[in-house]
Amino acid sequence: MSDKALETELPAAQPSAAVLQVERAETRKRWGIRIGQVLIGLAILGIWQFASGRLIDDFFISSPIAVAVKLWIWTRNGTLANAFAYTMQAMVLGFIIGSVSGFIIGFLLGRSDTAAKLFDPYITAIYCLPKIALAPLLIMWFGIGLESKVAMAALIVFFLVFLNTFAGVRDVSAIHINAARIMGANGWQLLRYVIFPSAAAWVLTGLKVSVPYALIGAVVGELISSNRGIGFLIGQASGMFDTAGVFAGLVVLAVTGMVLNSALKALETHLLRWRELK
Amino acid sequence: MITVRQVTKTFVARGREVSALLPTSLDIPAGAFVSFVGPSGCGKSTLLNMIAGIIPPSSGAVEHGGRVVNGINTHVGYMTQADSLLPWRTTEQNVAFPLVLRGQGKAEIEARVAKMLDMVGLSNFRQQFPSELSGGMRKRVALAQVLAYDPETLLMDEPFGALDAQLKLVMQAELARIWEETRKTIVFVTHDLAEAIALSDHVVIFSGRPGRIKAIKQIDLPRPRDVFKLQFDPAFREIYNELWDALAPEIGVGAVRT
Repeated sequence: MSDKALETELPAAQPSAAVLQVERAETRKRWGIRIGQVLIGLAILGIWQFASGRLIDDFFISSPIAVAVKLWIWTRNGTLANAFAYTMQAMVLGFIIGSVSGFIIGFLLGRSDTAAKLFDPYITAIYCLPKIALAPLLIMWFGIGLESKVAMAALIVFFLVFLNTFAGVRDVSAIHINAARIMGANGWQLLRYVIFPSAAAWVLTGLKVSVPYALIGAVVGELISSNRGIGFLIGQASGMFDTAGVFAGLVVLAVTGMVLNSALKALETHLLRWRELK
Repeated sequence: MITVRQVTKTFVARGREVSALLPTSLDIPAGAFVSFVGPSGCGKSTLLNMIAGIIPPSSGAVEHGGRVVNGINTHVGYMTQADSLLPWRTTEQNVAFPLVLRGQGKAEIEARVAKMLDMVGLSNFRQQFPSELSGGMRKRVALAQVLAYDPETLLMDEPFGALDAQLKLVMQAELARIWEETRKTIVFVTHDLAEAIALSDHVVIFSGRPGRIKAIKQIDLPRPRDVFKLQFDPAFREIYNELWDALAPEIGVGAVRT
């Protein structure tokens, strides 16, 4: 785009008829998609409800109504709130501990070439290890209470945030660093105005992907050994062959994950609004 | 005033020593507009980067404003072909950046930024991010940024190299005007001989690798110059032909003949 074109286009404050028409078409399309999404959901629930007991034994798949009833009972007697609060607590604590330590260590290693090379094989080794396999060890160390779930979530989050921060710090452009230094930036200003914002995109991506993983960590911990939390509810329902209970727990987890994800997406969009507009 | 004294640069690459710049001496008077012209790899950017303090000379010394350059030189403004604007800062935040680094007051910064943006004609684009601006506009923001903190010298490494031919002329005219207003020392690296002649007081021609100064020519064309029409001026053509004869062997024009 040439300078001239941009300069003459911009002062037009009143949108033209063509602009309004395009905007209306876009709005229609957005709502069409939304309605379509809702219809798909309803279709799945309808098929599920129909198949339950008719095509497939409802012992295995329960039914949407039975799941809704189960959720209602759990809500009424406080089971849900209790379990949800417990899982959230483990998840949030794990997320905070994991992301803060991941960020700090990722940052320090990212800034030092020697340290990065020294630790590289060990980081790769631990990265490749399925973190869930560490659950038994964490339970031995931290017991079956909240601590082991927090540790599980923190460990998974740590690696995601660590690796992203590390990559982000390594990715900072030498041109930006030199330009800032010539303009007079000292070490701290370089960190604050160049390195942090430049790495922010990576760090945010790390944070975003690690939220669902924090949930996984907390729930896995609960599934393996616990007497509280959503993971425990699922495990307990499964132990009693209560399929509706299992599904009810899964629904809660899916909805939680979705809500967290869209909140993070909104945050990311705001913080990274400087990126190439598409 | 920039003094280059017997400066050399050698790099070690793949176990071999490569000489980028043979011993070079040069005086650039304060307030002069000097261009370095030469083929790729002739050491012109290397010398510029040594004045900026980004890379140290292998031997010899560079003095800038009476001080020996030893590490990053914060008394210069530095502009490259690559975009050095911070993409997460808006136009006004980018222009304000060097002033923020100096800890200046908010009101002071605002006034200075407004003045600079007015100077480069971008007052209507204060809130835009670099990704929302055209290539030419980004160059103007970069120019406003380096001028904002009023450095003694501007070092420019093919700043308009990535622009199309027309836009390049527009930016040259803008730079010429700003230079006449501010009379800063400008060291301008380019491989475009016409650009160098149109803008400069002195053109320095470098030989191919290993680089050394082959010729220095004072350009006596009267100012202000019209960069759009200068190429039709017989005096310009004469200087161009003379310098082209010095430059042509260095960029391998002779080698193409069969």
